[in-house]
Amino acid sequence: MAGTIAIKNGHVFDPLNEINGDKMDIFIRNGKVVTELSASELKDAKEIDASGKTVMPGGVDSHSHVAGAKVNVGRMMRPEDHYKFYQKKTPITHSGCGYSVPSVYLGGYEYSKMGYTTVFEAAVPPMEARHTHEEMRSTPMLDMGGYLVLGNNWFLMRYLKEGDMEKAAAYVAWMMKTHKTYGIKCVNPAGVENWGWGENVSALDQANIHFEVTPEDIIKGLTEINEMLGFPMPVHLHANNLGHPGCWEITRDSLKIPKPVKARPNTSVEWAETKVNPKRHESVYLTHCQFNAFGGTSWRDFESGVKGITDYVNNHEHVVMDSGCVPFGDATVMTGDGPAIHDLYVLTGHKWSNTDVECECGSGVLPFTYLKNNPVHSVQWAMGLEVLLYVDDPWKVIMTTDSPNGGPFIKYPQVIAWLMSNKARQDTFNECHKWAQDRTDLSAEAREMSLYDIATITRANSARTIGMSHSKGTLGIGADGDVAIYDIDPTKLEVSDYESIIRGFENAAYTIKEGQVVSQKGEIVAIPEKKTYYTDISTSADDEKNMLDDVKNWFKYYTIGFNNYPTPDKYLANPTPIKIDAEV
Amino acid sequence: MAEVILKPTGNFNLTVEGEVITPDNFAGKNAQEIGQLLVWQGPQEYPLSNYFEVKGDGAASAEKTSIIIDGDVTRVKRIGEGMTAGRILVKGSTGMHVGADMKGGEIIVEGDTDSWPGMEMKGGLLHIKGNTKDHVGSAYRGSWNGMTGGRIVIDGDAINQVGGGISGGEIIIGGNVKHFCGIRINGGLIVVKGNATRAVGAEMTGGTIVVGGTIERFTPGFELAEVESDLKFNDIECFGEYKKFTGDYAIPQKGKGTLYVSCTNNECL
Repeated sequence: MAGTIAIKNGHVFDPLNEINGDKMDIFIRNGKVVTELSASELKDAKEIDASGKTVMPGGVDSHSHVAGAKVNVGRMMRPEDHYKFYQKKTPITHSGCGYSVPSVYLGGYEYSKMGYTTVFEAAVPPMEARHTHEEMRSTPMLDMGGYLVLGNNWFLMRYLKEGDMEKAAAYVAWMMKTHKTYGIKCVNPAGVENWGWGENVSALDQANIHFEVTPEDIIKGLTEINEMLGFPMPVHLHANNLGHPGCWEITRDSLKIPKPVKARPNTSVEWAETKVNPKRHESVYLTHCQFNAFGGTSWRDFESGVKGITDYVNNHEHVVMDSGCVPFGDATVMTGDGPAIHDLYVLTGHKWSNTDVECECGSGVLPFTYLKNNPVHSVQWAMGLEVLLYVDDPWKVIMTTDSPNGGPFIKYPQVIAWLMSNKARQDTFNECHKWAQDRTDLSAEAREMSLYDIATITRANSARTIGMSHSKGTLGIGADGDVAIYDIDPTKLEVSDYESIIRGFENAAYTIKEGQVVSQKGEIVAIPEKKTYYTDISTSADDEKNMLDDVKNWFKYYTIGFNNYPTPDKYLANPTPIKIDAEV
Repeated sequence: MAEVILKPTGNFNLTVEGEVITPDNFAGKNAQEIGQLLVWQGPQEYPLSNYFEVKGDGAASAEKTSIIIDGDVTRVKRIGEGMTAGRILVKGSTGMHVGADMKGGEIIVEGDTDSWPGMEMKGGLLHIKGNTKDHVGSAYRGSWNGMTGGRIVIDGDAINQVGGGISGGEIIIGGNVKHFCGIRINGGLIVVKGNATRAVGAEMTGGTIVVGGTIERFTPGFELAEVESDLKFNDIECFGEYKKFTGDYAIPQKGKGTLYVSCTNNECL
């Protein structure tokens, strides 16, 4: 029977059910986790002996640049990223190439081999939503969704300036439906609009050109709208001043703004059984903290500013964040933060792409190599790990590399090894620039994460944070039957032998998607169906009508017609709306 | 030194990918085994013996293996790619990518070569006695990291983008070059004994370029520092008086490259 499977005797790590390595069986029927299978079902079901192995829910990446216009620009401007890293086709898979910016097919396969089953695209510019969906539709193996970039949107900035929260909320809800996207992304609020004029903003109370709204206005406005509408996830924030020495302060101050905003996720879905409350209570989800946590005042006195942020996060309950780790080696930096990438261009002189997405946002792309002998890069390596190790409660952090900004996602196993093994970190200290020791406190940190912690920061918490724990990131009854089985025996694990951790997480023994084995020891064995999630919010008809009059009136500033603006359903693989009845 | 002689006999209508032709691959193999090595021609793989008559066995090691290509191989690409030791002598002309990614040993081409000789080379010597085309020692498409070590000597002319993006090694061109010689280099040495058309050293951030002839259109973004005579870079000597420029200041990174230009052939500078 398709989608029905019994996974016997594995050591199960399911943090949302507080299961910590217990030896138990997992049963999946028709793609969903169930309590048990009947004798006749068992007879037909595939059975996997997972004894001596680690069993986790399928990995959930809540922040990765995998699809869309800027990712594709990264591919086009980097042939050198492709011709040395490729895979041949097999009877069931496409060929593919690309190290830091893989082709859509290769990207899907590589994630699946590592046991990941769900990935959310980190930034979808509204005008590029169609393109993003076309790429997500062609990315195999993964359930997906994307966050809509709204932090410098002309309509929103105007409504926020006028204080018209009803129209602003109606606009956000309409935009999500129109572009089939999932949550609100806010990139360098107010600053990217200024970049259209060759400027940026440098303070939270600095009003931008023409619209005269401040980063503070936008962060406050968007986080309030997010809860008025009851979004599944908090506002996803890429703070101002990113990548500049000393930026940690503005990041911490940005996190203070949504403190009074109470989280009110309001999705009408059926929830899988969990012991831990699966609903978020945070009003802001800070992304790639490492890039937002630079200390010092210049590149000469550059140092880690991570403590300033992790201290704040440890003492407050309204913030969750992902790390943006830097695992060294080739990367491609790509973000909606155009001015930040321009600064990197001036620093490195490397080939650079810059885009102004009319009326909405911008973006920049640049190849980048993180070198162990470079002082700043070495500090960044340590900082990414500090973010995850200094926050006491793993339910407040998520492991990412901001792929491919800090490094490609295929380096996750290496990052896991550094988190689990102090010896792995010390060995890297010996290889990299001494600033990593002098300008951060990481070398004194003895904490070693457990497999339970790793399961939390790579699936349970990423799913919970973005409001997907009704079906993802857990093996509770009713959850999607997405499972990763790793060749790691928790009872015999020696973390000083960190190479075995890397090997274990690199190629899952089995990756199971809705009860079907899709990848086995680094080989793709089946191409499953995939889903695309988006948020479908209904708001008051009057507000929507008034707002749409404005939008149509202003559409003369766009170079495309209003009727061509929306992304039709046919661009999505199995469109899966998450319905919300907003109270506005 | 064991000699393996390859005499071209086959049909080269479509170009042949000849990256197996290295002392590293031939070492430890007899003539028959060498003939069985596979090469791509278009969409098909065929044994080397389809294209060459193979005489002589390889030595036990690459160092002691010498390959002599006895004829014209203009339609064979990637000869000596990635070789680490030993010697290849081509008694005719070669196709593209000869000595690409070469790490050691020696390649001598008695005729001409097509583009990309010594592409992204890391060590060894590549000596072309005739002319070559574009991208000598250069970075490959998209990459900005060209040659890092070794030496390329071209007795004749090269065309465009000599040494694009190199950060080490030496390139000596006996004849003339055209556009963008030494573009974006950040190390290494390029000596052009003849003339250059334009954009010499564009966007260079380090390294040294010497032009003994005339530069038709000089690159903006360079500043005259001083005049030096009889330059010497280890065993490479350039006699005469040279104007020393630094740059390229036209890019935000404010390059620290050095460009020497012959005084007598560039009076207007």
